[in-house]
Amino acid sequence: MKVKNISITVLLIVLAVVWILPIYWMFVMSITPNELLKLNSTALWPQGFSIQNFLGVLQIGLTLRWFLNSIIVTLLGTALTLVLQSMAAYAFAKMRFKGRSLLFSLTLAGLMVPKEAMFIPLFLMFAQVGGHNTYAALYLPRVAIPMGVFIMAQFFKGVPDSVTEAAQIDGATPLRTFFCIILPMSIPALTSVGIFTYILTWNDFLWPLVAATRKEMFTITTGLASLQGNFAQATELGSLMARGVIAGLPLFILFLIFQRHLIRGISMSSGEKY
Amino acid sequence: MRSRINLSVLYFVLPFMVVYFIFQIFPLFQAVVASLYKWDLLTSSMSFIGIDNYLKMFKDPTFWSSLMNTIKFVVYSTPLLIGTGLLFALLLNGTGSKKVLFRTAFFAPYIFSVAIVTLIWGFMFNAQKGLLGEFARIIGIQPINWLTDPSFAMPAIIIATLWWTVGFNMVLFLAGLQDIDSALYESSSLEGASWFQDFRYITLPGLARTLELVTILQVIMSFQIFGQVYILTKGGPGGTTRVLIQYIYETGFRDHQLGYASAMAFALFLVMGVVSFFQFKLSKEES
Repeated sequence: MKVKNISITVLLIVLAVVWILPIYWMFVMSITPNELLKLNSTALWPQGFSIQNFLGVLQIGLTLRWFLNSIIVTLLGTALTLVLQSMAAYAFAKMRFKGRSLLFSLTLAGLMVPKEAMFIPLFLMFAQVGGHNTYAALYLPRVAIPMGVFIMAQFFKGVPDSVTEAAQIDGATPLRTFFCIILPMSIPALTSVGIFTYILTWNDFLWPLVAATRKEMFTITTGLASLQGNFAQATELGSLMARGVIAGLPLFILFLIFQRHLIRGISMSSGEKY
Repeated sequence: MRSRINLSVLYFVLPFMVVYFIFQIFPLFQAVVASLYKWDLLTSSMSFIGIDNYLKMFKDPTFWSSLMNTIKFVVYSTPLLIGTGLLFALLLNGTGSKKVLFRTAFFAPYIFSVAIVTLIWGFMFNAQKGLLGEFARIIGIQPINWLTDPSFAMPAIIIATLWWTVGFNMVLFLAGLQDIDSALYESSSLEGASWFQDFRYITLPGLARTLELVTILQVIMSFQIFGQVYILTKGGPGGTTRVLIQYIYETGFRDHQLGYASAMAFALFLVMGVVSFFQFKLSKEES
């Protein structure tokens, strides 16, 4: 028994090292001067230390602009998703109206639509109204993906009817009930949906690649991709890795803070339980 | 009273529904319409050609090879992603700060964007500059240039994808494991059941629903593979890694044939619809 436990632990440590090592390696290269990396890029301990790679991000190229674009798009997209989708979910879960189950099924059917295959039709639509290279083009299609409606409706179904009835008897309007009573109760579920939307929007690749063709409107994800595969990468490995670290940092911090919510969020969206 | 409630339903449902119809439902119809046109992105010239785009697709060898590469990726990566995810979940089920730490390590890559994953792995797979090449030199074998070698490019894509996304499956399995009644394990240990018997008769049946869900999600995700391939290999070497979404993208935005690209996108919808339908049917029959 003891031997088995030890061998499992050793296996886990090896696997964890394999999983973390590539991330660590990116970080090591990002703080190593470009000239040293030209000679040797496989050192696991930094051969030199320099923050020049990071300073370069601020001075050269559009990385900072892409970073800001990503923040704007992601924040707007996440906020709109949370408000619109939780309101719709509340109506589906707690209100009675004609066509409710039809609309709800239609919404859930959207979960089956392969997101990445949508880029051609979406492109055609934005092309017709000349909406390319705008922030709205970058975040609106994400708001339409109904994952949050599904998760929030599951949550709202678990809220006892007595809560909403009591508010109604007190004369609160449905909107007031929702914003002042229901939403504050739903912060854990909202957090999960919010973090997920944030991550997926920040990491979106194919749609921003199509929707933003002007370099100034790239997100950090498409921008970083555009820097790969050209000649500069061979000579400026450290700068490239610094851009990678910067692109990943906001989510990495978010992940460390909200780890618990994130993991619970996934289990909720699996529909297993709350 | 009644009318007020109905009106408020509008406030609640309408804003999302408008966005949903415009950006999710309507484009689907538009794709079908566009697929019936010869539509040039550069000149914006459109002419109705009926089902010619679909006929062209059936005769297009690149379409078929891209579809086959996609299917190859799905077939090889799905069992690996599910098996490894399940293994991690089984090893890390339960509480304890060590387990939480390991879970964090395996889940961490999932939060990175595809551009970061390819940034890291593009160099990992490089024989001269990467850690894999260095490792090969240390153990005394010839380093491989994974991404430019036709027989190693697809495995490289699969390895990078495994590293990137397996944490998500692990977490789904962990959630599934928590739903299994712990009393079952207690009674089986009283009866002296082995670890394997526990796994075979309690864990696996208890996970049936999760396994189904993970499989369906994974197949849907894998069919949509694009970014890793597009950035790491551009579909090369010699088209051995070109996947369907990439071919649709190239047709639309490199060759400017939006009508043909729409036809292939619609074909992809259909293929995935059929695959999901059979998966659902299969899982219904099992239970």
